[in-house]
Amino acid sequence: MDRMLMVLGGFSAVLVIWVLASVRREHIRVEYSVSWLVAATVLVIVSFNRRLVEWMAEALQIQYPPLVVIVLMLGVFLVVLYRVSLRISELKDNNIALAQKLAILEYRQKSIHEAQRQHPETT
Amino acid sequence: MSGPLIPGERGLLVLIPCFNEQGAIAQVIVDIQREMPGVPVLVIDDASADATVQMADAAGADVLALPHHLGLGGAVQAGYKLAFEAGFQYVIRVDGDGQHSASDIPRVFDALKSAGCQMVIGSRYAAGQRNYTSVFRAFGIIVFRTILRPILGTWVYDPTSGFVGVNREALALFSRSFPLEYPEIEALVVLQRKAFRFVEVPCRVRPRQAGRSSITAIKSVYYLIHVLLGVFVNILKFEGRKRK
Repeated sequence: MDRMLMVLGGFSAVLVIWVLASVRREHIRVEYSVSWLVAATVLVIVSFNRRLVEWMAEALQIQYPPLVVIVLMLGVFLVVLYRVSLRISELKDNNIALAQKLAILEYRQKSIHEAQRQHPETT
Repeated sequence: MSGPLIPGERGLLVLIPCFNEQGAIAQVIVDIQREMPGVPVLVIDDASADATVQMADAAGADVLALPHHLGLGGAVQAGYKLAFEAGFQYVIRVDGDGQHSASDIPRVFDALKSAGCQMVIGSRYAAGQRNYTSVFRAFGIIVFRTILRPILGTWVYDPTSGFVGVNREALALFSRSFPLEYPEIEALVVLQRKAFRFVEVPCRVRPRQAGRSSITAIKSVYYLIHVLLGVFVNILKFEGRKRK
């Protein structure tokens, strides 16, 4: 059990370091790193706290206590991934609206140039 | 480019969303111009990799070129936005592959003006007529027709038709909010939710004149699931949580 918790805790600690390094290199924006940092930190705390794991296992009636951390991990990452999907959807909507706006503006600009070319005396 | 895009006497714009339709687009435009002289034709190019833009431009259409591929709904909505901003009263959308006959456009336009509805669908089944339809599409049409019957409260015989006319009310709505990937069926539900009316008028459908359909056999399954989900999401949508 201890070894399993160590592995999960180690994995979570690596995730924390990885996210911090990514923030430092500006590969991920601070506001998007928060959910990953919180999730990974919670997992580190839980993994290295044997009494907390055993208490949670008993409360959830899970026979093998390290499974608690894995279930928690799954739940936390599902929530984070769902938040990412929401953000992607929003970005896609914005991207489409921007592309449409750009196309319309380019069209209008070309129309003006065309009109100027055909009737230079009016400009 | 023949622009700037200005509503003529009839206030009508013909909209052609296109993606890699260089083989058919010129003839489609020429047919429309012959059938509806003086009516502006706007081609929405959804970032084609071929010479669609050049062919459309040479044929005398206005071309709205999207900077990258948005999919059918995004392309059509871009056209609706431009038409709405330019002040058009009616927009008729036809496919760029030559499946729709330009000679049916006046019938759709007349219905749009006189039927007191916000949308007119050029339907391959409206008068019980038989038209060219692939097996997959025919199956899909039957499925969607049956599912939409209780939702819309009426039969729509050709719910996947891309031959659609809208008046300014529907144009205003679709400029703000339009289904983005496979828009035809979801658009019907959007209209129904707004208590808008639509009618079907018979039209002819031919095999596509060139190019390939974007909906392959495998994609049809995805299409079916996607559209069904889109329909139910639109039913569940409450006012105030609309896309921008």
